Amino acid sequence: MVGSARDIVEECGVARFLFTDFPLGNPFGTPWNTEMQRSIMDMALDLLQYAWQPRTTVQAPFIWSEDETWRKVFMHISEEQREAFKKAGEIRRAEQAKAKEKLKLVN
Amino acid sequence: MIKRRPYRSFLSYIDLSREYYAAHGYSKPYAWIYHQNVPFSKLEKPLSECTVALLTTTDLEKPPGENAQERHLSRKVYAQPVDDAPEHFYTGDLQWDKESTHTDDNDSFMPLNRLAECAASGKIGSASPRFYGVMTDYSQGKTSKKSAPKVLEFCKEDGVDALILPAL
Repeated sequence: MVGSARDIVEECGVARFLFTDFPLGNPFGTPWNTEMQRSIMDMALDLLQYAWQPRTTVQAPFIWSEDETWRKVFMHISEEQREAFKKAGEIRRAEQAKAKEKLKLVN
Repeated sequence: MIKRRPYRSFLSYIDLSREYYAAHGYSKPYAWIYHQNVPFSKLEKPLSECTVALLTTTDLEKPPGENAQERHLSRKVYAQPVDDAPEHFYTGDLQWDKESTHTDDNDSFMPLNRLAECAASGKIGSASPRFYGVMTDYSQGKTSKKSAPKVLEFCKEDGVDALILPAL
């Protein structure tokens, strides 16, 4: 497994985990950075070859950027957004119920 | 560079998503799986003799459905020839940081080209002729009892020795 949601993967437990401390979306390196992606592939293959027990985590030595703003935006909840989130949740639940109902009719 | 922090550096997506969905009015937080025992197999032969495959959590194209919920329910486990990989995998309905980054470069999350390079250089024996896709699912039972065995079946068909899962 190669990924950036370290807590979720380690909680679940996998045989081998290469952790890339990036925003969710590019576990294999920053877009268009072929050299970084090659290094990550090499590390993943090394882990495959040399790990000797499950739950082995290796952290890739790359940072996303010096600017760490990304750590504060994903799923961030501001007080101004709370009302909008509540409404979005209601719409989502209604869609979920509708989609499940539709699926039942199809099956 | 050395930095000091009064908190851990990496984000906890368990904490973030719990608060996020609570703010959306979901009363019961998602319960993440924890395995006491985790299976493990050593490679049985040198990497240079192994066939390696990739498994993605993204889709080949936008699944049918009027909204994300309907599209999610129509997602399927799949195997696709590497030569027939999409120009852009569909990631639109998945939870990733759409503010900080993008998924325009397939190799940043589904490194088929990087794996092919390893096969060409002889680092691995070969890249599997197909790659596989699995959906991120709420249901842990569905993932372990239906999706995982299907992926294993694909791997056996293709003579795969090892599978890399870059999780979006």
